[in-house]
Amino acid sequence: MTPVELTVNGREVHLQLDPRTSLLDALREHLKLTGTKKGCDHGQCGACTVIVEGRRINSCLTLAVMHDGEQVTTIEGLGTPEALHPMQKAFVVHDGYQCGYCTPGQICSAVSVLEEIKAGVPSHVTENLDRVAFSEDEVRERMSGNICRCAAYSNIIAAISDVAGESKA
Amino acid sequence: MKFDTPAGPNPIDKGRVIGIAHDRIDGPAKVTGTAAYAYERHDAAPNAAYGWIVGSAIAKGRIAAMDLTAAEASPGVLGIVTHANAGKLSKGNMNTAHLLGGPQIEHYEQALALVVADTFENARAAAALVRIDYAPEDGKFDLAAERLNGVIPPQGFGGPADTKAGDFDGAFAKAAVKVEQTYTTPDQSHAMMEPHASIAAWNGDKLTLWTSNQMIAWSVGDMAKTLGIPKENIRFVSPYIGGGFGSKLFLRADALLAALGARQVGRPVKVAIARPQIPNNTTHRPATIQRIRIGADKDGVIDAIAHEVWSGDLPGGGAETAAQQTRLLYRGENRMTAHRLVTLNLPEGNAMRAPGEAVGLLALEVAMDELAEACGVDPVELRIRNDVQFDPEAGPQRPFSSRKLVECLRAGADRFGWQRRNPKPGQVRDGRWLVGMGMASAFRNNLTEKSGARIGVDGSGKVIVETDMTDIGTGSYTIIAQTAAEMLGVDLDQVTVRLGDSRFPVSAGSGGQWGANSSTAGVYAAAMALRAKLAEKAGYAAEQAQFEDGLVRMGNQSQTLASLAGAQGLWAEDSMEYGDLDKKYAQATFGAHFCEVGVDMDTAEVRVRRMGGAFASGRILNPKSARSQVIGAMTMGVGAALMEALDVDTRFGFFVNHDMAEYQVPVHADIPHQDVLFVDELDDKSSPMKAKGVGELGICGAGAAVANAIYNATGIRLRDYPLTIDKLLKAQAA
Ligand code: FES
Ligand code: FES
Repeated sequence: MTPVELTVNGREVHLQLDPRTSLLDALREHLKLTGTKKGCDHGQCGACTVIVEGRRINSCLTLAVMHDGEQVTTIEGLGTPEALHPMQKAFVVHDGYQCGYCTPGQICSAVSVLEEIKAGVPSHVTENLDRVAFSEDEVRERMSGNICRCAAYSNIIAAISDVAGESKA
Repeated sequence: MKFDTPAGPNPIDKGRVIGIAHDRIDGPAKVTGTAAYAYERHDAAPNAAYGWIVGSAIAKGRIAAMDLTAAEASPGVLGIVTHANAGKLSKGNMNTAHLLGGPQIEHYEQALALVVADTFENARAAAALVRIDYAPEDGKFDLAAERLNGVIPPQGFGGPADTKAGDFDGAFAKAAVKVEQTYTTPDQSHAMMEPHASIAAWNGDKLTLWTSNQMIAWSVGDMAKTLGIPKENIRFVSPYIGGGFGSKLFLRADALLAALGARQVGRPVKVAIARPQIPNNTTHRPATIQRIRIGADKDGVIDAIAHEVWSGDLPGGGAETAAQQTRLLYRGENRMTAHRLVTLNLPEGNAMRAPGEAVGLLALEVAMDELAEACGVDPVELRIRNDVQFDPEAGPQRPFSSRKLVECLRAGADRFGWQRRNPKPGQVRDGRWLVGMGMASAFRNNLTEKSGARIGVDGSGKVIVETDMTDIGTGSYTIIAQTAAEMLGVDLDQVTVRLGDSRFPVSAGSGGQWGANSSTAGVYAAAMALRAKLAEKAGYAAEQAQFEDGLVRMGNQSQTLASLAGAQGLWAEDSMEYGDLDKKYAQATFGAHFCEVGVDMDTAEVRVRRMGGAFASGRILNPKSARSQVIGAMTMGVGAALMEALDVDTRFGFFVNHDMAEYQVPVHADIPHQDVLFVDELDDKSSPMKAKGVGELGICGAGAAVANAIYNATGIRLRDYPLTIDKLLKAQAA
C-alpha cells in the first residue's frame, strides 16, 4: 500500500492505495466519486476525463500514485443538480446527452477545451498557429477523444458553442 | 385496458405537456455525475467484492484441464466460480449460448470462470493466473463459405422467414429495366459506452441485482430459469443504463456471474465485463449477404422485387431479418423475400438497433439508387412513384395505419436543397473534394407490446409513477412524466418517475423502438384508472370530470388532487394490451435521409458535410429527446456506412478488433450538424398515445444515403460495407 494525497474538488484526501490503482479507480472505488465513468479502462473512449492540475486527462490511463500532491477536478466539482456549472446547464438545455454515461467526461473535456482555445493551444485543424480561435471545427476536433455512442455530437457542439458565447441560435 | 379499436379523442390530445419540447427530468442528475449506474451502487452494496471474468481462448471445443492453484493463492482472492462448482445451471430463454461455459465451449471469450477478490486489482491479477488447457474442435467461421448450407430459420420478431406474392420470376424476366446485385454487411458491435455491469447480493435465498438491463422482466425470468430458483426471489434494479442498443436486452455473463460469485463468497460481488471482452463475450449484429433483384418499367415503376438474405449464428440462434422492409416499402405485384441461416461458431448474433432494417436498407436503398440511375429518374421521384398505401404482399385489404413516406421525401428534399444535386456522378468539385449528394428512404416497423404501470397521487398532490420500464438514453423518464402530467392535469415538475425495478409493474421494456409508445400507453391506462378513482371520490361522473391545474373539476365545482388523495394517497394500476389492429393494418414509421459528402480526390477520405432528414413517427411525445434519438441513430448509420466492422479471424473464430480503439465508431469530428424535421402525424391505430416508435427509425436508411452520396461524388459504387478508403482506392484504380 502506498500513501497518496490528493486535492479532489478542493478537498484534501489521504488514501492508502495499491500502486496498481488507476486514478479512475481511486476516484470511483475509493473516494466513491462515481460521476467519473469507466467506459473502456484503456484510454480509448474519454468517459473517464477529469481535470488534473488544470489539464484534462484520461484518468484510466494514469496511476493514482503518480498524482501525489496534485489537484483533481471531477464532474462533481463543477456543479451540483441545484447549482449547475454553465456547461452542465447547457448540456441539459441542448440535450447534449442521451444515456448520460459519456456525459461527465464530455463536460470535463468541454470546459477544458474552451480554456485551451483561450490559452492559444493549437489543434490539428488550427489553420494559423498564431491565431487560435473558437470555431465549431476546432471544438469537434478537440472533443474527438470523447466518444458518445448515443451520438449527441450535434447537440454537444451546440451546448459548448452556447457557453462560449458563440451560439448560432 | 385493451386497445382494439382506433383511438378517438382523449386527454392526451390536449397537448399541454405532451408534444412539447422538454428538458429531460433526469438531466441534472446525469450532467452532475449523481445518477448512479449499476457498478456504482456503493450505497446499496458498500462491501462488494470484485469479480473478473476469464473468457475462453478458443472458439469451440472443451476444457481439457483447469488449474486454479496459482489464482487461488494470489493475494486477496476470495473464490473462483467455474462450471465445476457453480451448481446446476440452465440456459435462459433469450440466450443462445450458455453464459458460463465449460466443459463444453461454445464461442471465443465465453465466460469460463469468475475470479472474486477483495479489490479490483487483485481480481484482475489473479484472473491472469487461471490456467486452462483446451481440447479445441474445428468450427465454422466464414459466412460466405457456408452460404450454401443455409436453412430456413425459426420465426422471430421479424415474421416468417419467407414470403411471396404474384410471380416474381416471370415478371422479373419480362421487366424493361432490371437491377440485380449482391450487397454485404459485416458483423457490428453495439459499443454502448457503459460496459455490461452488475452487483449481486444475496439475503438468504433472495437475490438482488443492481444491473444495466433494457428488459427487466425478460431478464428476471432468465435469471430464475438459469439458477433454477423462483422469479419471486429475484429483484432487478436498473434505473440508469449507459446505453444499450440491444446489447442489454438479455441476461448476460456479468449478471449471472455476479450472482454466482456472491453466493460462493457470501458477500455482494460486482462484475463489469471488461471492454476488450465485450464484442466476443456478448452479442453482436450478424453479418449479412443480401441479393436484391428489382424489375421495373422504363419509368421506374416496380413490377417485381426480390430480397434474399443469408446470415449466421450459433446453433439454436436466429437470422438477421434484413428483408423485412422489402415486404412493405415499395409497390410491385410480384415479389418474394427469403432468409437463410447458416451455423457459425462465432459469438452469439442478436439484435442491435433496428435489427433487420438497419442492414436491409443498406442494401435495398442502394439498389433503389441503382434503379433510379438505370431509369434516368430522380431518386426522390423514383420512391414517390413506388409508394404504396397498403401492405403490398397482402393487398389493399391491409392498408397502412398511416404512411407519410411521400410527405417525408418531399419535405426532406426541400429542406436539404436536393434540387441542387447534379444527377451525373463525379461532376462537383470543391477544391480537392469531390462532392456528392445521396438520399434514402427510412422505414422501420412499429411494434406495440403490453405494458403496465402504477400511478399515485400523494397527500400534497404530487404524482408518482412506477413501472419496470427502462431509460437507456431514450428519454423514458421524461415522456412518462409528461404522460402522467397530461392525464392528471398537473405540471411536469409535480411528477416523480421511478423506473427499472422489478418490483414495479411489468412494462414493455426498451427494445425494437416499441418502448416510448408502449410504455406511455401503459401509463395512460393506469392514469385512466386513477382518474376514475379520483372522480368517484369526488362524487363526479368519470366521463365529465376535467383534470387541470391540480384540480378535478365538474361544471363549476372542483376539488384538489391533494385533498382527494388524502394522507394515504390514492393509487391505481393497469396495463395496456393490444388487439389485432396490427394485423388489420400494416404499422410502420417512415422517413427520408439526405446526405452530402466530400471525397478527397487523392486519398479517398470521406467526410460527411451535411446530413438531414424528415420523419413521420406518429405523435412526437417530446420533440427534444426524439430529435436526439434520430440524430444518434443517423450517426450510427454513418458508422455503418463508413467504418464499423468486427473483423473475423476465420482461422480461430473470433472478432479481432474487440475494443474501442480498433472497432471504429463515429466521433465528434466525423459528424456535422444534423437537421431533423418531424412531419405531423397522429396514428390512431397504434395506441391511445397516437405515437409510434422513433428510436430506431433514424438508423434505417442513413448509411445508404451516405453510400449513395459517395457514388454521386465519385461514380464509384461499392456494395461491400463499410465503404472504407482501401475499397474506394482500389475501385478508383480499376
Ligand atoms: S475509460 Fe478512460 S478512456 Fe475510456
Ligand atoms: S450520452 Fe450515451 S454515450 Fe454519450
